[in-house]
Amino acid sequence: MELSDIDKKIIVAMQDQLPVVPEPFKAVAEGIGITEELLLSRLQAMKEAGALRKLGAVLRHRQVGMKANVLCVWQVPEQRLGEVAEIMCSIPAVTHCYDRNTAPNWPYNFYTMLHGNSKEECEAIAKELGEKTGMQNRTMLYTIKEWKKTSMKYFAE
Amino acid sequence: MALSDTDKKILNILQGRLQLVARPFAAIAQELGLEESFVIERIQLLKQEGYIRKIGAFFNSDELGYKGCLVALKVQEQHLPQVAEFINKFPAITHNYQRQGEYNLWFTLITESVAKHQEIMDSIKARQGVLDAMELRANHKYKINVQFKLS
Repeated sequence: MELSDIDKKIIVAMQDQLPVVPEPFKAVAEGIGITEELLLSRLQAMKEAGALRKLGAVLRHRQVGMKANVLCVWQVPEQRLGEVAEIMCSIPAVTHCYDRNTAPNWPYNFYTMLHGNSKEECEAIAKELGEKTGMQNRTMLYTIKEWKKTSMKYFAE
Repeated sequence: MALSDTDKKILNILQGRLQLVARPFAAIAQELGLEESFVIERIQLLKQEGYIRKIGAFFNSDELGYKGCLVALKVQEQHLPQVAEFINKFPAITHNYQRQGEYNLWFTLITESVAKHQEIMDSIKARQGVLDAMELRANHKYKINVQFKLS
């Protein structure tokens, strides 16, 4: 979408933690010198345009019992992408689902992030997804170490 | 601290939708038959206790004029920590994970221009121990939904 300078200021102010106070949008609006009404109407416009993907909370997985996760990548024939994606996305344990280009050493074109209470549960989910879609060729990219996990800061100086 | 049933209900709503209204926490309170001040107090506590990573807005980088890319590197084991630390310094790189497999370092790069993307990639590929880099661009995002229904 076409973003004005005000929109960019709004994005910069809103991409951090929203204050947990009775009137959080008023607090943010005051911080950047605009009215609460303007802030709310611009956020509404961004939501409708798809620029604002979500307004709400993201939890810490481990704290809410989701102790294991794995990036599971698949080899899906081009003509079956839509249909396979539909099945994969219908499973709540699948939180992310993308198709990507391949590379000479990398035949996998379909990416799913799976969450479970244990590694065994993640393996069982992957097996179930394989059976439901008929996709046999997959590999599990378990995390050895999380070096960085942050949110993007758009329009930063 | 263990989550009460009320906490779970609050978190389920808060994960899905915070309304674009003047008093969004009052709206949650009303839905659950609670006081606004109680809901705010619980949410502040849930943040303090580490259950909530972030409450706020999440933007779609494509719609803001940015392009994202997943990059997989093959790095010699003995050089991996230095390469990972070098990568961590870029604000445009938000996630960086060491993973099992031949391609052992995976990161996401979000940039406003092709030139910036190329400049960062060139500097990373020039690091000692980096044997190969695969740039895996998304063609279609079917689901981005990190929500856990608590019951």
